[in-house]
Amino acid sequence: MFYRENGQFKTSYRADQQIFPIAQDRWAVLAMLAFGFIAVPFLFDEYMFRAILIPFVILALAALGVNILVGYCGQISLGSGAFMAVGAYAAYNTYVRIDGMPLIVALLAGGVFATLVGVFFGIPSLRVKGLYLAVATLAAQFFCDWAFLRIAWFTNNSTSGSVSVSNLKVFGWAIDSPIQKYLFCLTFLVVFGLMAKNLVRSAVGREWMAIRDMDVAAAVIGIRPMYAKLTAFAVSSFIVGVAGGLWGFVHLGSWEPAAFSVDRSFQLLFMVIIGGMGSIMGSFFGAAFIVVLPIFLNQFLPAVGDLIGVPISTAFVSHAELMIFGALIVWFLIVEPHGLARLWSIGKQKLRLWPFPH
Amino acid sequence: MKIRNIVLASVIAVAGAGAFAQAKEQFFPVLSGRTGPVAPNATPWANGHNDYMKLVNARGGINGVKTLVEECETAYATDRGVECYERLKGKHGGATVFQPLSTGITFALTEKVPGDKIPLITSGYGRSDSADGGVFKWNFPLIGHYWVAGDVVLKHIGNKLGGMDKLKGKKIGVGYHDSPFGKELLPILQERAAQYGFTLLPLPIAAPGVEQKSTWLQVRQQQPDFMILQTWGVMTGTAVKEAQAVGYPREKMFGTWWSGAEPDLQDVGAGAKGYSAVMMQHGAERQSDVVKEILEKVHAKGEGTGPKDEVGSVLYMRGVLGALLAVEGVRAAQERFGKGKVMTGEQARWGYENLNLTQAKLDALGFKGVMRPVSTSCFDHMGAAWARIHTWDGSKFVWSSDWLEADEQVIKPMVKASADKYAAEKKLTRRSGADCQS
Repeated sequence: MFYRENGQFKTSYRADQQIFPIAQDRWAVLAMLAFGFIAVPFLFDEYMFRAILIPFVILALAALGVNILVGYCGQISLGSGAFMAVGAYAAYNTYVRIDGMPLIVALLAGGVFATLVGVFFGIPSLRVKGLYLAVATLAAQFFCDWAFLRIAWFTNNSTSGSVSVSNLKVFGWAIDSPIQKYLFCLTFLVVFGLMAKNLVRSAVGREWMAIRDMDVAAAVIGIRPMYAKLTAFAVSSFIVGVAGGLWGFVHLGSWEPAAFSVDRSFQLLFMVIIGGMGSIMGSFFGAAFIVVLPIFLNQFLPAVGDLIGVPISTAFVSHAELMIFGALIVWFLIVEPHGLARLWSIGKQKLRLWPFPH
Repeated sequence: MKIRNIVLASVIAVAGAGAFAQAKEQFFPVLSGRTGPVAPNATPWANGHNDYMKLVNARGGINGVKTLVEECETAYATDRGVECYERLKGKHGGATVFQPLSTGITFALTEKVPGDKIPLITSGYGRSDSADGGVFKWNFPLIGHYWVAGDVVLKHIGNKLGGMDKLKGKKIGVGYHDSPFGKELLPILQERAAQYGFTLLPLPIAAPGVEQKSTWLQVRQQQPDFMILQTWGVMTGTAVKEAQAVGYPREKMFGTWWSGAEPDLQDVGAGAKGYSAVMMQHGAERQSDVVKEILEKVHAKGEGTGPKDEVGSVLYMRGVLGALLAVEGVRAAQERFGKGKVMTGEQARWGYENLNLTQAKLDALGFKGVMRPVSTSCFDHMGAAWARIHTWDGSKFVWSSDWLEADEQVIKPMVKASADKYAAEKKLTRRSGADCQS
């Protein structure tokens, strides 16, 4: 009733091949974009931006990258944190060592170096599959942790191994305030989101999915596994690398290798699994779940405690947060193994049929 | 009509009282680490900090201004620390000062505090070069930093050998937390190694440090003459146990400020006998006046934050000292900006920069024998470089050295060079004399 495509006829190939063929979807997405760019800056306070929205936007971008590799091409990777680190440190070196380097170019250069490293560590995927590949990509994680801790050149010989950037500018426009930072990251997210969405609908995207569903059959019908797998690694690590650069430059401002530890890799993989593998939308849901929920619980529990007059200690809140978070992950995976994105599409389906479900 | 007036009057009274209470509270946020890999050590710190703040209120506040504390749990993770900072900085009329108790969080916040105009006290940790107030306007590594600790350890080793020149040809191992926290110690040791002709054997230990077998096998192989530990949390206790396992004498092991407290060694007990650590200013001070006062005015009333038996322990005292410095800076700022008023972060910063805690003031506050005078200035944000060494006797710490002062002649140029490098990277200019008055 609310959501019906009756009467929407596609009269040209162009109309048939749109990203959102249904008018309601198009309007909803445009409204969301307008909300993100125009309404959000007026609605929230500084804390919301710095602690929730900016990390959410950046990690959603990283999850998008991981989803291309894990969700669309079926290559389980535990090296995403490492590719983020490569992106961040390569962008840092480009930015600091070359005078007058524009910020966006530095971030994209970070992505390019992440691509190179990603493709290199993707080579084992031609021989090893599934869980074995996950273990092989773990090598990327350990190698990068080691390299950025030990090789002083990467950190511009800083004694502590911690690097920092400041005075970010784009076309003479300083990126200082949380709103500017948010809009800067959101622009990246929208551009890459659009590119990723189009990529997965294209020939190469279908090759990835064919490889994911059954690589022997895909090879038989003429898809080159090497090309498909390595392009997936390349695209994924490029996006993850740019997200890493944003995480270091825009969110943290000063970082150490621990910011991109193996925990980050797991976090990104969980985002994809919980959000929904093989779904662009799922990356956003997963990032929101992993970023926002712990912080929400951390603030919500003491508030509940105050309400019923029981003061809750910070240590207890912290433990309870982990327990509830863990329980929710298990619950979601049992109720909807295909992730939050599946719930979203079920919801859409229900809206279509309402109020006369058959 | 009458009822309406009463209602109005009471509303105004309540609002007025509310505004009054609001205006008379100085907010000190706490970034606690009650969970995670450093929980055994960071918990007493937070308890000591909060207890001292309660004591300040029991004594009548800071010239009548009550202290207010709110905690946020970081679990020693940098991203959570940044989130907590953002959450707390604007609460209760604005944060006075942050004490992150983590070098990683300090690095991240150093970039943020100048914009928010909130000072950062990192006594004994954080960036060593932030002692240079000319570049780091908002950072205060009060009463010492890693380079002071490192220099004092070497001095103590030199004294034991009978002179610094006896260090020549010796081999000194450094077991350090493999993070900015651990690495910050290395520059001073390298500088001194070049000066006195001893060799360094750097041994990084991956966080959280419960697995150190390979490090200590290396120690057994290389047999360094001394071991210096820059470890934190569960890492220290594990290191001492592993040293025991490979038979490395604990008498030759020296911890820095963060590697020598009761929670680290209690489980090892007699096995850790002989292990020493640097204490900047205080150690375990169960006999001090301030501890007695806390027991009497806070714990006896059932308002203690943590268990009673940890009151006066090493890390508890560190929390007390942290709170003392935070409060005294505000008191100093009140001298200039108005007694009995709530200070903003910016005003409190002036207080930390012009801190002058004389022995008489410290004695009056109950810190007799706990710490020595501290005085800061526009270009010296550290205030004092004195430390002592204490040694574990199997069940508690006892002092094993006199007061030692780190060599400012060596440290000052290093601090300045490092701060200049930071300023050049960030394109900052040094503060002028005029800026010091602001």
